[in-house]
Amino acid sequence: MSAPSSTPATTSVPGPADTTWAGAVRRFLERNLPLTHLLPSRQPFFVGSWVYIFGVVAITSLVWVVGSGIVLASFGPGWWHIEAMGRFVNSMHFWSVQLLFLFTALHLWGQYFMASWRDGRAPTWIVGVLVFLIALVTGFTGYVSQQNFDAQWIAINAKDGINATGAGSFFNVLDFGQMYGLHVAVLPATVAVALAIHVMLVRIRGVVKPIEPPAPKDAAAQATSGSGTAKGGKA
Amino acid sequence: MSTAAERQEAYHRGIPTVRFDLIREFFLALAGSGLVILVLALLMSSPDDPSVTIQQWSQQDPVDFVTTATSELGGTSFSATYGPPYTDGTDAVQAVGPFAPQAWFGNAVHLDTAQEFVLGPLGMAAPGNPELTAALATYKAADAATQQAWLTAYTDALGSATAADGQVTVPAGDYGPVPVLMVNLLAIGHTGGLDGLVLSGGNFYATNYTAPLLFLGDGGYFPALGESQHMLGSQWGMMNETGSYPGQAWLWLFSMWYQVPPFNTAPNADLLVVMLMGLLTLGLILVPFIPILRDIPRWIPIHRLIWRDYYRWRRTHGGPPAG
Repeated sequence: MSAPSSTPATTSVPGPADTTWAGAVRRFLERNLPLTHLLPSRQPFFVGSWVYIFGVVAITSLVWVVGSGIVLASFGPGWWHIEAMGRFVNSMHFWSVQLLFLFTALHLWGQYFMASWRDGRAPTWIVGVLVFLIALVTGFTGYVSQQNFDAQWIAINAKDGINATGAGSFFNVLDFGQMYGLHVAVLPATVAVALAIHVMLVRIRGVVKPIEPPAPKDAAAQATSGSGTAKGGKA
Repeated sequence: MSTAAERQEAYHRGIPTVRFDLIREFFLALAGSGLVILVLALLMSSPDDPSVTIQQWSQQDPVDFVTTATSELGGTSFSATYGPPYTDGTDAVQAVGPFAPQAWFGNAVHLDTAQEFVLGPLGMAAPGNPELTAALATYKAADAATQQAWLTAYTDALGSATAADGQVTVPAGDYGPVPVLMVNLLAIGHTGGLDGLVLSGGNFYATNYTAPLLFLGDGGYFPALGESQHMLGSQWGMMNETGSYPGQAWLWLFSMWYQVPPFNTAPNADLLVVMLMGLLTLGLILVPFIPILRDIPRWIPIHRLIWRDYYRWRRTHGGPPAG
């Protein structure tokens, strides 16, 4: 143990700039994610459009998916086959998944037709698609973890497509233990992290502005070149 | 260096803002979606057709069970000849030219269908059963050519087999000890013991259903059940569920390729479809950078419907300043 310093604890000695990792992270968050920015009280008036609801409902559906999934996982994979309450919770899980993918698809198509990747928002789009893809795999592992005829059928028939890619050596859809572990722990955590990044990117950049109609002098050129504000642009 | 708030303020400059309660909207959506889910769960429940067991298979279609078990013993079943990742075979290995990723990582499971589906379970049941013990000894002592001759003759005879009271009867012939093996395997199947023996492989705990699922899949009984539920690949089965429930509807595009040429007849359809979907997925990820794809939203004016209030405001106010 080192000897105690004789310098009074309250003394502040001017020194070099804060080069700690903690300081760097704090400065990044202060610059990019102040609370007033994460949870704004005002937004551009065009976010009143119904299309912005899709993403929110997709997230709230995910909340119900996770909530019902936690209850199912807590009682074990066999519970819902034999208990009425288990069947009800499984039904909540089942329909919240259906709602999640319905609204995720609506959100994706909505954002596509809004060209939401404009003005430096391509990373937001890319992470959003990744969230969708990870959610697809999560849903699939859930279907093969049901321990019923559907699970048997889907696993036996899906194996050939997965094996054809070479992934079957690592991702065995016939191995209930592996699929269940991925479904209740690894993949939901991955979805949550990817979704958090997606939402943070949305908040950091703010909502994209509506597509501006081409100026009259540019209209003819737009019609032939196909370029315009819908392109990705620099971050 | 400007902060994100400053950049955003500059980006939206000139556009009126309105009061917007993100948290309130979230909880309203949570309640609304929860109500819809609750109603659907209460009214529609969820699908849960019981799993199929080897016991059920052996009881309800004993000829198919014995025929499949004979092919497992002879190493001629779909699983026995599959190839990576289950066996050293090549029959199910798909390739596009020299591109065959299925073969890259080799045989990870090391499935021995004869041992795991037939000889192993019979060996565990043999103590106390002199007839079975002798039949197993005879079979194992025979050379491969003799074994194959017995199995071929027995498989041919199964084509005209009859089933009565859960037993399979074939015309008389030289099948060596094979009929005794199969009679006993069928009996173990009837009791439900084979389900456990194929699954556990001697371990107390078991969570890996690779062996019993492959065994079920090799027969004709299990696929027939799927076909009756409209769940074959050619019936859009990938996105169907038992009963009248929506399945994985989000796999519609994946499913669709299996219904159309050339995929619906290609022997390497799985690899072709996966490659195509991989390409399309990459396209979806990279939409912001792909000309034409990124320009379609400008050409199809759905955005005018989405932001109609904005465009109305823009017409009367001239829009925000450029930049």
